Amino acid sequence: MQREAGVELDAVDKAYGAVQALRGVSLSVAAGEIVALVGPSGCGKSTLLELVCGLGAPDAGTVRAGAAALMPQRDALLPWPSALDNAGLALRVAGVPRARARTLAHEHFTAFGLEGFERARPAALSGGMRQRVAFLRTLLAGRPVLCLDEPFGALDALTRLQMQRWLAGALAREPRTVLLVTHDVEEAVLLADRVVLLSPRPGRIVETLDVALGRPRERDDLAVVELREHALRVLGADEAGAPSESGA
Amino acid sequence: MIAALVLLVLVGGWEAVVRLGGVDPLILPPPTDVLVALWEDRSLLAPDLWTTTYEVVLGLAAAVVAGAALGVAMHLSPALRRALRPLVIGSQAVPVPVIAPLVILVLGFGLAPKVLLVALVCFFPITINLYDGLRSADPDARRLLRSLQASRWQSLRLVEAPAALPSAFTGLKVAAAVAVIGAVFAEWAGAESGLGRVLITANGQLATARAFAATLLLFLLAIALYGACALLERRVVDWIPRTEPGGP
Repeated sequence: MQREAGVELDAVDKAYGAVQALRGVSLSVAAGEIVALVGPSGCGKSTLLELVCGLGAPDAGTVRAGAAALMPQRDALLPWPSALDNAGLALRVAGVPRARARTLAHEHFTAFGLEGFERARPAALSGGMRQRVAFLRTLLAGRPVLCLDEPFGALDALTRLQMQRWLAGALAREPRTVLLVTHDVEEAVLLADRVVLLSPRPGRIVETLDVALGRPRERDDLAVVELREHALRVLGADEAGAPSESGA
Repeated sequence: MIAALVLLVLVGGWEAVVRLGGVDPLILPPPTDVLVALWEDRSLLAPDLWTTTYEVVLGLAAAVVAGAALGVAMHLSPALRRALRPLVIGSQAVPVPVIAPLVILVLGFGLAPKVLLVALVCFFPITINLYDGLRSADPDARRLLRSLQASRWQSLRLVEAPAALPSAFTGLKVAAAVAVIGAVFAEWAGAESGLGRVLITANGQLATARAFAATLLLFLLAIALYGACALLERRVVDWIPRTEPGGP
């Protein structure tokens, strides 16, 4: 495991065939900082996370990052193991014996609101619970950097609000460097220290907003609302004539 | 229930056609004659049923081992995939009645050629379904494993192999249903006992009722094998919810 816990991108380009996903992206994330990446669909947000997690190399520029754990879009829980074994997957991959991995995962089950569902298969869990199992799996990878790819994108609005609040609490207890990809501007403002706004493809950084607000934050705090509206203006929601928050 | 009804109607129609003088019983014996033959020749047929069952089960087991090895090898190595795929597919074009005598010539009249021919008939559906199943694993789960720096072996064991099981069982059930064909052809080419040999000798003696009785046993053997595989599948692949037959 690397000691550094920050993330450093310098003039990164990445293309898939003819599709330019990222162009000239430079981003510096300090250890322990929570940075949200917000942009329209297909703006290369997920690509950026893949580069940070070492799943690909940039075409140009450099990516330097501490060891990162990925929480993919759509939880990617395995359908056959129990919730407990899914949560402990990263430990198993790291060579931890099954019984020990279960013990380590179970220590978090109460705090994660998963008590009593240890043996349940993912199919038997609610959407919110699945996300919590997936987040616990990401956390238990024991890496200083967490890359969360639209963690709550598939949830209904109410569950999403609960989960945002829950994630803020979980990160307060277990501070990590976090890159949070989302298309939900409000989610970004509620959770992050900094919000990075990306342009449509090819993704470039349009603006970076510092969210110098205390925690916990409420969605109807005036400062939160102002930042949200500002971000939406920058992203061009007005011009499009419709808010882009719920876009797929 | 409906299967029993369909069977009853078919068998009843058959009985009626033969009894009402439509067909010579030497060519098509009525079902009641077949049942009488089955009962009267039971001490004769039992050892043959045992022989064929033994051959089929061993052949199927050999096919599972060979098919699993081939499917995994083709999945792991593109070079092996390119080299083996034409052979695997071509093997199914080989007419079993043609090569059965050659196999008997080389391997003798014992158990080995029977097992080999059953395995030849059975390994293809197992190999192909397993291979397709291995490739069907959730790409997000695979990416997750790669981000955890899982080894190729871990990825196979933790994600791809379990994901391939439902498809592999489909292959196994197809193999179980057709396995008896291999055994019968092998016995025709030369055997001291077995239901295939019963068929040959009964045909030679114009003992059609006995030939049909042997065929009935082959029919039941295939169904029993299929049922055993389906039962095993339900126990092993227990994470997939199944709709009951006749359900919505």
